[in-house]
Amino acid sequence: MKSTVGGNQTENLHKHEEADLAARVRALESLLLEKRLVSTDAIEKLIASYENDIGPMLGARVVARAWVDPDYKKRLLKNATAACKELGIGGMEGENMVVVENTPTVHNVVVCTLCSCYPWPVLGLPPNWYKSPQYRSKMVIEPRKALREDFHLEIGREKEVQVWDSSAEIRYLVLPERPKGTEHMTETQLASIITRESMIGVGLPTRKKKSRSRKRKR
Amino acid sequence: MRKSKTQHEKLRRHETKVKRLISNMDGQTALPRKNGELVFQSPWESKTFGLAVALHEEGLYGWDEFRQALIDEIKKWNSNRNENDKKWSYYERWLSSLEEILVKKGVLSKKELDQRTEEFGKGLRDENHRH
Repeated sequence: MKSTVGGNQTENLHKHEEADLAARVRALESLLLEKRLVSTDAIEKLIASYENDIGPMLGARVVARAWVDPDYKKRLLKNATAACKELGIGGMEGENMVVVENTPTVHNVVVCTLCSCYPWPVLGLPPNWYKSPQYRSKMVIEPRKALREDFHLEIGREKEVQVWDSSAEIRYLVLPERPKGTEHMTETQLASIITRESMIGVGLPTRKKKSRSRKRKR
Repeated sequence: MRKSKTQHEKLRRHETKVKRLISNMDGQTALPRKNGELVFQSPWESKTFGLAVALHEEGLYGWDEFRQALIDEIKKWNSNRNENDKKWSYYERWLSSLEEILVKKGVLSKKELDQRTEEFGKGLRDENHRH
C-alpha cells in the first residue's frame, strides 16, 4: 500500500537522521577532546550523575549509619526525611520518605504501580526495569516469583514478603538486614557493600567490599 | 569503584549546581522530563547534554549565552517548519546551539566538524578513541 511505503520511508529517514546526529555528536566530542577543551571524565561525570551514579551512594550512607548507630536507626524509622537531613541528604521528591526495615521475619520490596515514584535524593534516578510495566504488575501480584525469576532472589518461607507501593506522597526505602560477618567493618566499608537493589528490596547487600559484577549502566 | 564521602558531597553539590542551571529553562527550551526526571532517548542526547554543561563549566560561555542560542535555534526551526518535514528533536536543537556558539567563538569550524562527522559516519575512525 502506498501509505505503508511512505511510512517506512519516513521511518528510515528518521533512523538515518538519528545515525547522522550520533556521528555528529561523536565528532564534536572528539574535536573538543583533541583541543583539550573538555575531558572525557568531566562529560562522563555529568552524564552519570543524571543516569545512575549519585543517588544509591547516598542511600547507602543512610543504611550504613543505621546499622552502626541504633539511635539513628530509631530516628530513621520514625521520620526518614528528618534522619536523612541529619546527614545532609534531601531534596525534591524526597519530602515524605518512609524507611521499612527488613527483619528475620519480614522482607520488604518497593514498587510504584502508578508510574515510577522513587526516592531519588537517596537512590538517584530509577533504573529502567523499575519503570517497566512488567515489574510494576508482577511484583504486586506474585512478589516471591518476581524476586526469584527476575532478580534471582529467593526469599525463605519463614519470611513474609511485604510490597510497598510508592506514590507521589510517600516514597519507600528498604533498610536491608546487616549481613552476618560484617561486625568488623567500619561505617564507610559497610556503605560500600550496600547496593541500590538491596534498598529497593530486590537484592541483598553484597558480601564483598567491592562488587565485581555490577556493570555500569550506559 | 565506590567513591569516598567527600567525593559524594562534591558530586551532590555539583548536581545541585547543574539543576539550578537548567531550572530556569522553560517553554520550548525546557528539558524533556518524565516524572520530574530528565529523559534521554539515546546516548547522543545525554552526550550532548553533558558536552554543553561541561563546556560551560570550563568557562567557554555563560549559561545565559547558551540558553539564548537555544531560544534562537528553536525560533529558527519553528519558522522553517514548512520547509523541513523533519521530526522535532529537542537535543538536536541543543547540538545546533552548541555548534553555533563554538563556531562563533572560533573554537572550531563547520568544515572541520562536517569532515570529522563524515569520518565517523563512514567508520573511518575508532569509535572508542579516548584521551
